[in-house]
Amino acid sequence: MPRIVARSLGKKYKRYRHPLARLVEWASGDRIVCHEAEWALRGVSFEVGDGESLGIIGMNGAGKSTLLRVLTGTTLPSEGSFEVRGRVAALLELGLGVHPEFTGWQNATLAGQLLGLDDETLAAALPWVQEFSELGDHMDQPVRTYSTGMQVRLAFSVATAVRPDVLIVDEALSVGDAYFQHKSMSRIRAFQEQGTTLLFVTHDPAAVKALCRRAILLDRGTLLRDGPPDAVFDYYNAMIARKEDEAEIEQVESEGRIATRSGSREAEIVAVELLDDARVPRRSFAVGETAAIRVRLRTNRDMPSPTVGFLIRDRLGNDVFGSNSFYLGVAHEPCTAGDEVCATFDVVLHVGCGSYSVTVALHTERAHVDASFDWWDRALLFQVVPGRGPGFTGVAALPVRATLSRPARDARDGTAG
Amino acid sequence: MLRNLWRYRSFILGMARREFRARYLGSVLGSAWAVVHPLTLVLVYTVIFGHLMRARVPGAPDAVGYGIFLCAGIFTWGAFTEILTRSVTVFLENGNLIKKMSFPRASLPTIVLLSALVNFAIVFGILLAILLALGRFPGWAVLAVVPLVLLQQALALGLGTTLGVVNVFFRDVGHLLAIALQLWFWFTPIVYPLTVLGERTQALVRWNPMTNVVVGYQEILLHGRWPEWSAYLPQIALAAGALLLGRATFRRLSGELADHL
Repeated sequence: MPRIVARSLGKKYKRYRHPLARLVEWASGDRIVCHEAEWALRGVSFEVGDGESLGIIGMNGAGKSTLLRVLTGTTLPSEGSFEVRGRVAALLELGLGVHPEFTGWQNATLAGQLLGLDDETLAAALPWVQEFSELGDHMDQPVRTYSTGMQVRLAFSVATAVRPDVLIVDEALSVGDAYFQHKSMSRIRAFQEQGTTLLFVTHDPAAVKALCRRAILLDRGTLLRDGPPDAVFDYYNAMIARKEDEAEIEQVESEGRIATRSGSREAEIVAVELLDDARVPRRSFAVGETAAIRVRLRTNRDMPSPTVGFLIRDRLGNDVFGSNSFYLGVAHEPCTAGDEVCATFDVVLHVGCGSYSVTVALHTERAHVDASFDWWDRALLFQVVPGRGPGFTGVAALPVRATLSRPARDARDGTAG
Repeated sequence: MLRNLWRYRSFILGMARREFRARYLGSVLGSAWAVVHPLTLVLVYTVIFGHLMRARVPGAPDAVGYGIFLCAGIFTWGAFTEILTRSVTVFLENGNLIKKMSFPRASLPTIVLLSALVNFAIVFGILLAILLALGRFPGWAVLAVVPLVLLQQALALGLGTTLGVVNVFFRDVGHLLAIALQLWFWFTPIVYPLTVLGERTQALVRWNPMTNVVVGYQEILLHGRWPEWSAYLPQIALAAGALLLGRATFRRLSGELADHL
């Protein structure tokens, strides 16, 4: 018997042109329809077996969170039906949300009661919550004084204090620090081994591959793919690449980041492109693939060839790798006003999976401190996804070789030789 | 619905207890504040109306009698409006919880009801102690206050839940209620006895469902007179109707609450 069954689930949000339109609908007993339906989820059917782990992937707005909300009962489906058997613990969004003025203890107690723990179990679990969350004396402080990381730690500890039959984890965990992420992953894994069914939403392919044998892909509220994580991610990556090419500018804006540009503009960046081997624009690369950063520039006065540089940063803003035409020993002949030059950097992406930005700059000589002509922060974004190679963790994909041998035999061979 | 609430009783009690503590904790006088506020009101009214304007109520020729008359109305009216004003905002205030956790949403109005009843019990207990000290304790008839309060709170709960749910969709409801309560207060014979009104106005004020209830309290506290229960049939019907309306609104819209917070 499956743990979770979803039968053509749909969730409709109503958009009203005018607030009073809703009143008209109420008054007419729904005979007059004044809203536009917006389906956040439609026709989604799947089953999750007992003890199975399912990864849910999809872009922002694909309906992942809506699906989880429906399954946890925080919102009702507009159509279809579902069943979840057993005790469910869910980590939706940030924090516990009970009351910011209450202390950590009070929040943990009330949240535990909401998770369906009886008083005895809860009393036994609370000391464990303090220990696992490593909040110590902060448990006596109101939750509003907590950092987001501390809130995540508390919420996770309460949700997992007693092993649930079904554990539902939204992207909440990605907010915590690396140490706690590690700790919570071990906890989730231990639950899996004991038979907890896991639903896991994330943007991180590595995490899904590590935790789940099966993944579903949602797009615009419908279920596109259901299968092994590798196959589903391949499809997802192809989809992202296509969409990002279609709407690259939109993406930069939708990320909420403002590309900042500065400089004297004596030389100007005309365009920045990211290309693959076949010189086709692309925004998603597998680990170890070569990406070409192509910068087109124009000089607005006569000058010696300006230095063209690029800098790849990770999503946290750490410099991952940067170089420029000066370091690389390439130079163009002196330019006259109005000249256009194209610089291409072929970079092998031996980096970890994740989202990266490219900053490009034009300046004299070795660095932009001398005279900066044009500095374009986060000119474009791209994604690095797992490749065909062996899996790994971390920020760099270092070439690695492994050998296994018996030390005893090596020693004997040594004496024999 | 009731069985579900029972299952979540420890959560509901915990929330009510913490709300009570949160309200008075951190202040030096603690729960005394719950009493000081209405007492000041009574004092001001007694001085202005009882002493300066020499207002008297029938059957009690002194200013103290007028003070008791005021207490009977103001304290109970306070309990009534507490439920109304709190339930109107209770869903908005707990939006975070509604969005993140799955629990019977009816717990929230229940918490409001419980904490209002506890507050009233405290305030009323102190009032009785004062009456005892003044030697004007009304006797056994005081027990009749309990069913009257329950009746009044049932009306408030039904009305409050209805407005509270609708308030999530139309925030105007909260503002409207504040104004309506002001008018309702003066339309109820709390500060003045019903008998000072002209015949036609009196007939009008009698349509107010709270009139009969407040007059009941005044009769009990001032004269120790048991209420005429049969006179409360319209109020009972109205309270039942309000509760049903609250339940219907709640059933219809509670599923959409999380989408609008």
